[in-house]
Amino acid sequence: MEKEVEIMSGETLAASNYGNEVSYLDYQGKHKGILGWLLSTDHKKIGILYLMTIISFFAVGVTLGFLIRLELLAPEGTIVGPQAYNEFFTLHGIIMIFLVVIPVIPAVFGNYFLPIMIGAKDVAFPRLNLLSWYLYIIGGTLLLLAVVLPGGAPDTGWTFYVPYSVRTGTNMIFTLSALFIVGFSSILTGINFLSTIHRMRAPGMGWFKMPLFSWALYATSWIQVIVTPIVGITLLMVIIERVFHVGVFDPTLGGDPILFEHMFWMYSHPAVYIIIVPSMGVISEIIPVFSQRTIFGYKFIACSSIGIALFGSLVWAHHMFSTGISDTAEFIFSLLTFLVAIPSAIKVFNWTATLYKGSIKIEPPLLYALAFIFLFSIGGLTGIIQGALSVDIYLTKTYFIVGHIHYVVFGGTGFGLFAALHYWLPKMFGRMYNKKVAKVAFWIVFIGFNVLYFPFFILGWMGMPRRSYHYLPQFQVYHVVATVGSWIMVIGIIIMLLNLLFSLIKGKRIVEDNIWGGETLEWKISTPPTFENFEEIPQIVDGPYEYKQNQDAVLEEEVK
Amino acid sequence: MSTQEVADIHVNRDDIRSRMGMWLFLFSELLLFGGLFFMYSVYRFTHQQDFSIASKEMNIFLGTLNTVILLTSSLSMALSIVAMQKGKRGLSIFYQIVTILFGLSFMVNKVIEWSHEFNAGNFPGSEVLLSRPPGQILYFGLYYSMVGLHGLHVLVGMSIIGFMTVFTIRKKITKDNYVKLEAAGLYWHLVDIIWIFLYPLFYLIT
Repeated sequence: MEKEVEIMSGETLAASNYGNEVSYLDYQGKHKGILGWLLSTDHKKIGILYLMTIISFFAVGVTLGFLIRLELLAPEGTIVGPQAYNEFFTLHGIIMIFLVVIPVIPAVFGNYFLPIMIGAKDVAFPRLNLLSWYLYIIGGTLLLLAVVLPGGAPDTGWTFYVPYSVRTGTNMIFTLSALFIVGFSSILTGINFLSTIHRMRAPGMGWFKMPLFSWALYATSWIQVIVTPIVGITLLMVIIERVFHVGVFDPTLGGDPILFEHMFWMYSHPAVYIIIVPSMGVISEIIPVFSQRTIFGYKFIACSSIGIALFGSLVWAHHMFSTGISDTAEFIFSLLTFLVAIPSAIKVFNWTATLYKGSIKIEPPLLYALAFIFLFSIGGLTGIIQGALSVDIYLTKTYFIVGHIHYVVFGGTGFGLFAALHYWLPKMFGRMYNKKVAKVAFWIVFIGFNVLYFPFFILGWMGMPRRSYHYLPQFQVYHVVATVGSWIMVIGIIIMLLNLLFSLIKGKRIVEDNIWGGETLEWKISTPPTFENFEEIPQIVDGPYEYKQNQDAVLEEEVK
Repeated sequence: MSTQEVADIHVNRDDIRSRMGMWLFLFSELLLFGGLFFMYSVYRFTHQQDFSIASKEMNIFLGTLNTVILLTSSLSMALSIVAMQKGKRGLSIFYQIVTILFGLSFMVNKVIEWSHEFNAGNFPGSEVLLSRPPGQILYFGLYYSMVGLHGLHVLVGMSIIGFMTVFTIRKKITKDNYVKLEAAGLYWHLVDIIWIFLYPLFYLIT
């Protein structure tokens, strides 16, 4: 009882210090200490739990990528054997794709800022939200078990193509169940966000008054709910095939491995859009704030997210042009692939048009956002190259595709994540990082990135096959350049993350609510936010990006 | 279905929101089975003859009986919700238990049916099955995985309704707040609907 009284008095004390309520970081719920985090259903705390776990997995993924590059320094083996190399690139792919880039922006920043941006106190189903995090952790643990248990880490590549994934002796069952469970977590997050956006917008916030980040999450959540079950059942069938010898995909049991590829890509291509669309939402938030200008073509950006979600679900077989599917199918899928470039291009043009004549402030979030546009454009355009049937036959399964995926996924979502971290982290913790260090780190990461991944396009064009342990000596010079690039980029990432981490401990405290001059709702509440976000649910009148600059003409007239 | 619409958006309770979440979940469940139906249609198309031969071995009597049982259980589930809407708690509990018992008898029939197959040596990975043509291996592979996964859903549905019965007894589900029971009902109907498609695909079409 005494303790309870203490907490109570502590709360009221703090409350009087902070105004109406305490910051969510100081808020004492039912549980104290670490349990206050692990059992909290507060969307902000869950977002931070996700942030910590996903950044840890990101560190593992980066380390594996670093080791892969180190291994490829010479045409023959250097630091690891061929089997370990296969496990490395498989784990690198699985961790980075399923555990990092697919969940990262929705789970971290979506959880944290979606309810705030639409003027709600929490997501629709807070307990389900916490369950999603635990499912994610269970999935991650299962994957770690697959690595450490006897049998060995998965060595199939992140695509798990049958029949090898049915026959390899490595711990496939653990790996596939891990992804099944992580997929379940992803579906639950999607359901949560959809219900939140539909039912919990502040009064007055019509669909076209929502911030673009919420639009991006809305489109993403639909993809998550619709396509994740497909890969879930596909991976489950591979498990069943392995355990019970049920004939589904394995040709010796009558199955068709191409069907596996279809079903795998039915998810995994739209998953590219689960990866990139939230990141595009982040960029749509950052660009108007740092150019102090209303976003150009709000409705087009909002609808293009939906367009990407729609078209993106219909192009999966362009991963399979060389598998012998029919010419008609190839033609249709190639055409649709070209069409899906349109909504992405709409976004890129609208962002650049927003910058035009804006009052641009070069701050770290904007630098990362601009890098996103640049790198994503390269990634997108090289994707179009491979969408063309004749070229794809030549380029498929070469380093060209590896370069393309890294420009899109890392240059897109990776840089989107870095932009989001620099944009929102000060708001989340009420402390500012060292901006100079952040800018230096940006340039190191950016240069390292291009030195690392651009040679992949040249290598691919020359015919270097992906995933190979040995390579011909004439490729070595490009591999050496790429490996040096990986060193530069890793140094940059370490500086960037340490700078952010250091800011959380020693950074300058921020008192103002609106750190960057944004107009969305998260900049109208205290820094860091209170437990309930809003003292009073706001009434929404204007659209989300009403900057003064657009009213200049009106102002001038008034002055006259 | 219901006249109960508590929708104060910024207070914790919003029944429309809860129902929407449940529908979205059911939607993703449908797509999970959708993947299996997709596989079924592809293989049915490529191995028509084998599928036709294999499907004639199914026990139509037990399949039909199970269809009747499951359809009736959907009725009792719906009746338990109506009873709750009218405030008849005891009647609602009765219908919930009836639903669970129907689910149980469905599973018992399933066990009988499968043990016949297993005794005949017709199970996944068995020599008898593997010596058959590829299309028939696929047919039985899909049969066991689809019906098995559906059976798993029946078990999950039964335990969910079991929890609802406990909630009803503890008065957490009441005349004014029965959205949980409704959600459990929706899940049970989903289980029913999937079976309505599995039944013709495996038992009726030859």
